Order: sequence, then structure tokens, then C-alpha cells
Amino acid sequence: MKRIITLTVRDRSGVLNRVTGLLQRRQFNIASISVGPTETEGVSKMTLVVEVEDEQRLEQVTKQLNKQIDVLKVSDITDKAIVVRELALIKVSSSAQLRSEINGIIDPFRALIIDVSKDSLAVQITGRPDKIDALIELLRPYGIKEIARTGLTAFQRGHQPQVNDIPSYTLLK
Amino acid sequence: MKVEAKLEFQPSTEPKIGADLLINLLIKEGVDTIFGYPGGAVLPIYDGIYRAKGRINHILFRHEQGMIHAAEGYARITGKPGVVIATSGPGATNLVTGITDAMMDSLPLVIFTGQVARSVIGTDAFQEADVMAITTPITKHNYQVQDITDLPRIVKEAFHIASTGRPGPVLVDVPKDISASILDSDVPEDACIDLPGYQPTLKPNPLQIRKLADTLEKASRPVILSGAGVLHAHASDELTAFAEKHQLPVVNTLLGLGTFPADSPLSLGMGGMHGTYAANMALYECDLLINFGARFDDRLTGNLKHFAPNAKVAHIDIDPAEIGKNVPTQIPIVADAKEALKELLSQTNASPEHGSWLEKLTNYKQEYPLWYKLDPSGMSPQWLIEAIHKATKGEAIVATDVGQHQMWAAQYYTFNRPHRWITSGGLGTMGFGFPAAIGAQVASPESTVVAIVGDAGFQMTLQELSVIYEQNLPVKIFIVNNGALGMVRQWQELLHGNRISESILGSQPNFVKLAESYGIRGQRIDTQEDLIASLPELIAYDGPLLVDCRVMQQEKVFPMMAPGKGLHELIGVKPI
Repeated sequence: MKRIITLTVRDRSGVLNRVTGLLQRRQFNIASISVGPTETEGVSKMTLVVEVEDEQRLEQVTKQLNKQIDVLKVSDITDKAIVVRELALIKVSSSAQLRSEINGIIDPFRALIIDVSKDSLAVQITGRPDKIDALIELLRPYGIKEIARTGLTAFQRGHQPQVNDIPSYTLLK
Repeated sequence: MKVEAKLEFQPSTEPKIGADLLINLLIKEGVDTIFGYPGGAVLPIYDGIYRAKGRINHILFRHEQGMIHAAEGYARITGKPGVVIATSGPGATNLVTGITDAMMDSLPLVIFTGQVARSVIGTDAFQEADVMAITTPITKHNYQVQDITDLPRIVKEAFHIASTGRPGPVLVDVPKDISASILDSDVPEDACIDLPGYQPTLKPNPLQIRKLADTLEKASRPVILSGAGVLHAHASDELTAFAEKHQLPVVNTLLGLGTFPADSPLSLGMGGMHGTYAANMALYECDLLINFGARFDDRLTGNLKHFAPNAKVAHIDIDPAEIGKNVPTQIPIVADAKEALKELLSQTNASPEHGSWLEKLTNYKQEYPLWYKLDPSGMSPQWLIEAIHKATKGEAIVATDVGQHQMWAAQYYTFNRPHRWITSGGLGTMGFGFPAAIGAQVASPESTVVAIVGDAGFQMTLQELSVIYEQNLPVKIFIVNNGALGMVRQWQELLHGNRISESILGSQPNFVKLAESYGIRGQRIDTQEDLIASLPELIAYDGPLLVDCRVMQQEKVFPMMAPGKGLHELIGVKPI
């Protein structure tokens, strides 16, 4: 199963290596990872999507991450009420004639065309990973030249529903 | 004339450098001994050591692997971090085995490695190695000093991290320009620890303690498993009191030997691959397993499917990641073993009613004791260990290497008190035993220290014979010499169709002459009679000593739980 794990870490040299090295050594697969500064100086946040087999392995990965001296906090937020976003840039083959057709496709996704050349255009989309996947599938027939995705980032919503309100579906497949 | 005058004048005007600050910080941490080896990138640090003569003791080893194992032996005996200094590049990479060994066996070490100057880091400079990347997975934490003003904090944190919580090795990489930097007078030596992400839990959750006490009261087949966590917590007395209060049988792990007196009627001895029948059957048949500070290593548990299949498991460990890692745990207790045992002792619950269980285990002990056959013409290795045990009255500090002799020492050199037993458990490092014994002798000069080693492992670190000669450390080395990689040979015989592949040592040095060439007394012993005649004098000998004991090559360690088998599937429990 895929799980979203957020880490707050001290912004020290080598901390990314400590986290990814640990996951590799203990045989956890990283589906995506994103890192950036937080509201507190000297503290960064990592959002990991990891593939784990079961609850016991999940517990083990969070405990091992917690043991790292530079890791301040580890949370598995998969089952919480969360906001999840990823950004993707997609370069699609496109002649001038096709431009408006593609525009019609990306419009409902609230995606933007951010670059145009003679035979291609670049689309920027922000959203949940499944939304990005859906747009990529729609654009694929036109010929995708290049994709760059940031990996997802997430945090908990300001209001957490009571335990019994939590929907049983997950944002990740 | 002018030059001479300058030379005379030099020492008093030499400014204080980063290295002097480092040595001062070590002295402030209570460091009495440095296990070290100089080299280019630590030359400034060795200037500092030179100037600190008389304030701190430095022991020069002959190989970095030897000195780090010595630091491990020192840490095992004192409980204090062993301090190691090595140079950059090869100096640091030669430490890797020892660092990993300390990580696996939770030994506190603080290691200082030299590094090339900051201006050339990353340029593949002479003797540069990426020590931070190499040691990240094998240390509890590591640092590279980027600014001399950080050094006081880093040293303080390094000692704190190494020695608290679950102990482990911490490495500090010191670029040469940092240790050589001339100090401004305003670099403060005091610093505060700044570790918001590191707060080990010491006190147990009282609800979990109550749950364990209530479960124990109702148990009919309880057993205690006592591991090295009890050693680190200095909780042997509490463990013994708890076991005696409720008459609970105790199994020791390999590293936990000595945490519970072996001569107690409640002691079942060591569990695991070469554990006693009684210990392993207790783990197999119990209905409540209380684990204090052991990590359910695979050499203890065997096939997890057959490990304590009908038991509720309570696990007390200071490292939360160990709980539930290998064995599902119904009563997890994150705590220091001593704190948890104190709480358990203060509970008012009645003792369980488990008389028939104790009777059964006593029967197992009587019915299936450890056994071996005497060698009529030569010497059987188990007998040798028993003889050493007798001659040292069971009071020696014993350090072993890895292999058959290690298991025989674990089985037959029984300990009644803690901090006497030094062995490489998790990593199983050949070459560990002899240098570890040196560190133990440094830590405890008055104790009889015996290194029980194999003929193969000894040859991996024997260069340290120079150290025991030079420092006149009266370490007694007993080589259990079977002319083979005994444990490899045993596995090949039993598990690999008797294909004895590359496990017999075709030639060996003359160990007696080897010792003598290092200035150390050597003696060869071929038979039991020889040993009986000379052992008391050998043990009493006041100086370093090497005894080359020739034992049967074919002898095997029994009982044995073959890999993939369960605790109840021991072979060789009865004389063959």
C-alpha cells in the first residue's frame, strides 16, 4: 500500500541522504519525495510517498525515521483529512491547428499553457496525483514529449473530523 | 644562533589551535584514554595530544581495526564511550568494521576522524574519503565540523548521543584546517546541547507496567529473556530481584550473559542457535515471554514461525523501533530496563502459580545438559574452557572472537555477574576478541583478562601484540587452535554435504615464536595433562601471555539449531 509520510527535519547537510539511505537500507520503496523549507527557519519538511507491504512494515519505517537525530517529527497522514498537491509540467506535440483543441481538454483541469513553440506546447497542472494522471492520459494521443513532476506535498487540513467521519477511501491508489 | 633561539622559544609562543580545544573538550568529558593512530589529516590533533601529555593517555595501536575493537572492549567494561582517533581516508575506512560492530551491539563510541582541509573536500584529494556518507548507515549519528565555534557543541552532543538512550557509535569528522586553525581567544569551551529531535524515553508507561504485572500474575508458563539492554541500564540487580521475587526462569541472550547469575537455579543459560535445550524449550513452550533489552535477533529466535508460538510477548526496550520489529508484541514498553524493573518490583501483584512449569524446566536441565566428549589423547575445546573457568574462579573478564570457540566460551565460561563478557554478537566480527581484551585490560587494570580466540580470527588482528608488550598489559591470550575455520567447517560438514571448502588453514605461524618475537611469553599446550600442570601458573603470570592450545579439529558445537529451523528442532541435544 502507498502511504504519505511527512517529516519535519533539521535543515542540516546530509539530512536527505540520511532519510533516503535509511529507506533504501531497510528496503522501503520511495514512490516520490519532495523537500522544502517551512515556516520555521532551519526546519525543512519532507513529504514521502512510500510503498509498504503491511502495517508492521509501516510502523517500522516510521520508527526508524524517528530514530534519526535530525528528524524532528514523523507523521503518517494518509488517513487524516489532508490537502495534497503535486505540480506537473507536460510538453505535448502540437501544431497550431491543434492548440485550441488541447486548450479545450486542459481547461476543465484548470491547467495552464505556459510555453508555446512551433510544434509543441507546455502545460502546467497542479492537483492531486490522480487528476494529473487523468490529464496525462487525455494528452497522450497528441504525443507527449516530456513530463516533469514534483512529487506530492501535503499537510493536514485546519479542521480534523472526528474519527467516525473519516471516509474510508484513500487519496492514493 | 638566531634559528636556535627561535626553536627554544617556540613552544611557549605557539598559539592555541583547534586541536587544543578538542583535547580540552575530551578531558572535560572525562576521557582518560584515547585509542588512536596518527596520520596526515590528524597531525594538528596529535600536536594537541603532544601538548596534553600527562593530562590524557593515548595508546598507539598498530591497525585502526585493532584500536576500535579495543575501544569497544573498553566501552563494554566501563559503560563509558570509547574514544578513537584516526586519520582521513584509509584511517577512517579501516574503522568501518569496528563502527558497524559497535552499531550492531549498541556500544558507545566517539570516533574522531581527520578529513582533508575544507578547501579541497570533494576534489579527490590525497587520503580523502567520503567518511560522512560511508558512516551514515553505521553510526547512531555523525558530524562534520564546518566551523571551529561549533566544536564544543558537537563534542558535547557526540558524547551525549553515544552514551544515552540505546548507546551507539558517533563519528566526528574534523577537517585538517579546522583542527589546525588558530583560535581566537573568544571561542567559548562551553556549549549547550541542541538536540530537539533526540529525547530517549526512560520511564515506562505505568499502564503498560500494570498490564504486564496483571498478565504475569495469571501466567502459567512465564519466562524472562534478558539481553544486553540490561547491561547498558546496569539493571542486573533489579532483574535478579524481579526473577527471584516471582520465581521466574531466565534465558540469557549471547550478549546478555552475566546479567543474571548462571549459578541460580532459575537460570536456564543461553538461548538460541547454540543455546541449551532448557532455554530454547522454555522460549518455545512459554505462555508469557518477558523480554528485557534483547532485540529478538535471528540467531536467538530461529524460524519466527516457531518462536514462542503460544506466548503473549512483553518487550521492554529503550529503542521503540526494536519493539514489534521481528516478533509481534502484545505488551510493548518503551523504557530503560532499570526504570521498568523498578516499577515492576513496586507492583503488588501476586506471583503466578507455575510450580509445574518450573519443575518441567528443571527436568529439561537435568535431562538435557550441555555435553561433550573428552579427547583421550589431546584436548577437547569445551574442557579447555571449563579449565580456564576453574582456574580463574569464573571471575575473569573474557573476550572472545567469533566462531566455535566463542560458542563454547558462551556455553562453558558461565558468569555470575555482569560486565565480564565481551563478544561480537550482531556483526560476528572475526579479529574482534584480542584487541577487545586489550581495551578491557586498559579499562580494568586489576582484573584478569582472558582473550579466548580462534587460530584464524587471531591472525586478523594479531599485530596488536605490540601494544600489550609496549603497555605491559597482562592480557592472557588462549588460542583455541583447531587449524580450521571451525564454524565454517562445521556448517560445511553438517549442512553442505561435507564439502570442506577452503576452511582448513594449510599453514600457520609458530604462535609461540610469534609471541616471543613481539617480546611476549608464549607457550604451546597439546594435552589436558599439560594444561592441568601449567594453567595455575599461566593465569597467575604477571604479564602478557599467549597460550597456543591444540584441540580436536573435528569437534562441533552442540546443541545446534540449523538455519530455518525452530527452537524445538535442536540437533545434538544428547551425546551422539
